[in-house]
Amino acid sequence: MNGQPQAVVVQDLVKRFGDFTAVDNISFEASRGEIFGFLGPNGAGKSTTIRILCGLLHPTSGKALVAGVDVAREPERVRQNIGYMSQKFSLYNDLKVIENLRFFAGMYGVNQADAAERIAWAIDMAGLTGREHLLTGTLAAGWKQRLALGCAVLHRPPIVFLDEPTSGVDPISRRLFWELIHRMADEGVTVFVTTHYMDEAEYCNRLVLIDRGRIVASGSPLELKLKSMEGELLLVECDQVGKALEALQEAPGVTDAAIFGHALHLVVPDAERAIPEVRNYLGERGITVSRIEQIRPTLEDVFVSLTSLKGRREKEQA
Amino acid sequence: MNWNRLCAMARKEMIQIRRDARSIGIVIAMPIVMLFAFGYGVSFDTKHIPVYVYDQEQSQASRDFLKRFESSRYFNVVRSVGNYPELVHAVDAGTCQIGLVIPPDFSARLGSGEQVRIQAIFDGTDSNSASLGMSYTEAVAQAHSQKLQLDWLRARGQGSVRAPLSVDSRTWFNENLESMVTIVPGVVAMVMAVVGTFLTSLTVAREWERGTMEQLISTPVTPLEIMLGKLLPYVAIGLIDTSVCAIMAVWWFEVPFRGHIWVFLLSTTLFLTVVLSLGYFFSVVAKTQLAASQISLIATFLPAFLLSGFVYPIDQMPAVVQGITHIVPARYYMAILRNVFLKGSSVFNMWQDFFGLALFAAILGLAATRIFRKKLT
Repeated sequence: MNGQPQAVVVQDLVKRFGDFTAVDNISFEASRGEIFGFLGPNGAGKSTTIRILCGLLHPTSGKALVAGVDVAREPERVRQNIGYMSQKFSLYNDLKVIENLRFFAGMYGVNQADAAERIAWAIDMAGLTGREHLLTGTLAAGWKQRLALGCAVLHRPPIVFLDEPTSGVDPISRRLFWELIHRMADEGVTVFVTTHYMDEAEYCNRLVLIDRGRIVASGSPLELKLKSMEGELLLVECDQVGKALEALQEAPGVTDAAIFGHALHLVVPDAERAIPEVRNYLGERGITVSRIEQIRPTLEDVFVSLTSLKGRREKEQA
Repeated sequence: MNWNRLCAMARKEMIQIRRDARSIGIVIAMPIVMLFAFGYGVSFDTKHIPVYVYDQEQSQASRDFLKRFESSRYFNVVRSVGNYPELVHAVDAGTCQIGLVIPPDFSARLGSGEQVRIQAIFDGTDSNSASLGMSYTEAVAQAHSQKLQLDWLRARGQGSVRAPLSVDSRTWFNENLESMVTIVPGVVAMVMAVVGTFLTSLTVAREWERGTMEQLISTPVTPLEIMLGKLLPYVAIGLIDTSVCAIMAVWWFEVPFRGHIWVFLLSTTLFLTVVLSLGYFFSVVAKTQLAASQISLIATFLPAFLLSGFVYPIDQMPAVVQGITHIVPARYYMAILRNVFLKGSSVFNMWQDFFGLALFAAILGLAATRIFRKKLT
């Protein structure tokens, strides 16, 4: 690892489409062999960034190096070293499983001797043994996704870009998919993955949170949970959840409130002081609190906290 | 350029063509349907023009005259009517294109050596048929007059009278002057102009529409490999299509093929390079299958139909239009095919047409390699 360049280096990257700034001056680095998560809501600029890194879009300004190669200057050299899975399924539905694999082995220039072995590996990896001669269009979403991953790594790229690989896939397939990602990372492949599933973000070694084209936080999942939250987190279970949420959003001493399943999550500066205050505050409004306690934040809390804080600050400035 | 990548690309295109019913329809049915539609639909021969007759005399002499119309393959005497309004009505209604009126004093005037005036009414809504009908009618009347004159002279003892001039006509290359013989090779050229461009106009646009392009351009494949990989299967298909059309022309439409097969294949390959590149170009620019296929139909069909010499002879067009025909590649191919089929010309006889075709093949082929960018927009 020593002396080798970082797998991905992004410096002051900007991408504008007309008046719209999709990526607004972002910088980050991803090390070799790590699972690098790019997290954010829809339209945050995740896909745009990943497309720039794959040489599919030209950046407006700034610099992006993939495997030490400048993507804007030498996109073709970058493409030798990467595998890419786009957000929308983009293999050929009218080709059979085996035909898609053979085609992409050809496109990546995998030599004939290697190709047979890699294709066999990909079929096994995707769990498609016995389905080689099915039309790709007839496969279920989970299989399609694993086949797409298989096609993207036939040439053993050191870096793999996966753009929302698990969207629209059932939970079991999602877990299978993440097992594959981990296996690749164990073999030294850098996996750059975007997602808006917060639970998936927990599987990453490092995360960058992006919102409206800007990085709002970065670090390991644990670091993010500890550092990025401004305040502490309370779990509140009560009746009349909707009414309680409305009331608490106005309440003094509560930074933020959001619904999580059947309960509420509150961000407060000091949990111990806030617990009795919240109980009384809700009691005065006829809401019965059945449970209230401090909890460790999940990434989803972190994300909601960071993005809404940002929105609130902007409102204050305006 | 990587040979394996090119082969993988071409193989994939071939599989997709095979699996797509619409592609197969375009590849197989369209050329044959067009060949028959134009081969039979476009005819410049005027035959069996429907004629109504109002014979006011109904004598042996008038019937002899009308018999000449009946025995000519250019006319079809449909009916004899009893009054003038009925004749006018038939022309109005379009049930006949020519109305002939024989005067009541037909034989009387003939007998006294006076000139007989026959009225002929033509439906001028189709000026081409009308003028042809007119000259045919005049020719029939002329021939009959000549015969009457000779009869008259012979009756007066001038037994060895002969017409002073006679032309012995021989039409080369198309002995029976059948327009189908010139039309069908032209149809082959036109069909390939339209089908060729149409075929490739879908290839790139389809990948953009289905989203497969994004994956494809993330691989190290080069634009040249994409283009050649996509065009080569269609060159093969185009050669087969053209050959099928040519075989149909000879076997079904009985058009002679006097030239050399290599001249035919060489010119066809050049022309396919032109039209397939053009279709590819449209496909890259338009990005949707609908737009690309419409542009390609408009850009090829009308010029190939009107400006290639298919319908109107180029040397009879106004000078400006003649100039424009030089940028219609179908013009060169049309001329080559007609010459190969009917005259058996060699490449050297037609070097100008070959030069024009090769020039367009080079320009459009090069443009096609340059147009595609491996970028999203």
